[in-house]
Amino acid sequence: MITLHWLYLLAGAMFAGFAILSAGDRSNAKRWGNAAFWGLMALSLLGGDLIGDLGNGFLVLGLAALAGFGFVGRGQPATTSEAEREAWSARLGNKLFLPALIIPATALLGTLLYNYSPLGSSGLFEAKRETYVLLGLGVLLAILTIFVWLKPPPLTPLQEGRRLIDSIGWAAVLPQMLAALGVLFAAAGVGDIIGGLTRSVIPEGSLFLTAAVFGIGMALFTMVMGNAFAAFPVMAAAIGVPLLIQDYGGNPAVVGAVGMLAGFCGTLMTPMAANFNLVPAALLELKDQYGVVKAQVATALPLLALNILIIYVAAFR
Amino acid sequence: MNYWPLLGILLVVAGFALRLNPMLVVTVAALATGLLAGLDPLAVIATFGKAFNDNRIIAIVWIVLPVIGMLERFGLQQRAATLIRSMRKATTGKLLLLYLGYRQLTAAIGLHSTAGQAQTVRPLVAPMALAAAEKEHGELDEETAETVKELAAATDNVGLFFGEDIFFAIGSIVLIQATLATYGIDLAPLQLAVWAIPTAILAFLIHGARLLLLDRRLRRSGK
Repeated sequence: MITLHWLYLLAGAMFAGFAILSAGDRSNAKRWGNAAFWGLMALSLLGGDLIGDLGNGFLVLGLAALAGFGFVGRGQPATTSEAEREAWSARLGNKLFLPALIIPATALLGTLLYNYSPLGSSGLFEAKRETYVLLGLGVLLAILTIFVWLKPPPLTPLQEGRRLIDSIGWAAVLPQMLAALGVLFAAAGVGDIIGGLTRSVIPEGSLFLTAAVFGIGMALFTMVMGNAFAAFPVMAAAIGVPLLIQDYGGNPAVVGAVGMLAGFCGTLMTPMAANFNLVPAALLELKDQYGVVKAQVATALPLLALNILIIYVAAFR
Repeated sequence: MNYWPLLGILLVVAGFALRLNPMLVVTVAALATGLLAGLDPLAVIATFGKAFNDNRIIAIVWIVLPVIGMLERFGLQQRAATLIRSMRKATTGKLLLLYLGYRQLTAAIGLHSTAGQAQTVRPLVAPMALAAAEKEHGELDEETAETVKELAAATDNVGLFFGEDIFFAIGSIVLIQATLATYGIDLAPLQLAVWAIPTAILAFLIHGARLLLLDRRLRRSGK
């Protein structure tokens, strides 16, 4: 069976390649820092299960120290110039989109085919992880296609990949760090404290305000934790179940589903959701690292208000 | 009740507000939170390390970078821009609106990880949106180009968040179901998923309206 573990190995090998090529990149004054940083990521992906919890802990501290104290720079792997790219684009035409579509097409068609054919019961891929496995397969197919078609130098995938990962920098690791922070918040009982505090601000006997505090609480706590998954059990325990569902008799499907979506409005408004909000700022080389968050507020706030309204209207018909 | 663990949240908020390096902010907040909750220092580090290791799936998405980088080398972004310039009716707003709908629909049938910021926004959607904006507006000043790129990234997020919950086998639906089940409330995933539809439509309308407003702004401020 092809499991997630295979993908960790693939990604780990890639980061190991980035580390080795970083070490040899004399255009980057901080090349050893980059080599160490991507080397630790490779170690985590290749051997994270072998070095124990404490070993992983020190690995994370190492990543944070390298990034936090400015040891990671930006390499300049040789690539094509803007003019060369225009020339290639003119020469290759729209065929250039085909390899770009291999990854989404493999993931999309593969997932559908796998789930709606006898293949799905063959246990070829780890359950529920088939899209990830197919994503990896798509990547390999795309690389192969580009090599056969355009014959770039052999190290091109690693060098071009390194160019992009260096432009993202530590922001590539931050989402995983934040997920780990969420686990510590939970272990320290932050959820119970927040739940208790939220409950204490609810005025007695007002259904609308209770629904509003539930929705706003979901959004705010999601902003703190960086994802709605951590917020939902807390807000459900504090307000959703005891007040909205049990006391006021609200429809649990509406309270649950729309409450979660109110949390998603919070995800749009927080730098803590780094993979959605900070990583694209790095990927698109924005000047303002909070630019994406700011652009989302005007969608998130009205949507949050409407979600509260949906709970108020639809759950209590 | 012991309110000290909340100090960790305060550290995070202050750190982000002061724009300190987020990697350091998060690490310090994690260590402080664990210590304030009464764990011994090594246990805090081990908990942090285990959680990091358990979340390695987040790092998998980066395997697309070599492909995206290689295609950029051969002019993919330039090609995407050329294609948009050749479509006379394409505007930034309409293009992003189309992508919003595509993202919501594919996410709604469980194909949420087939597109994304690294997979589609950087190589295709953002350069196309910029090219369409230039057509409408003439050469873009830096601020306008930033706005267009920010909205391209935002559109991917909005489409993903308010599409994926319509798919009943997604993590968040499972979590809602499992949480409510602990209170003896038994719901089928499908009962929950249908209630994601009204919000999905509203998200399309609100964000879509903003995208079309962007078109108007680009036209007015342009040539």
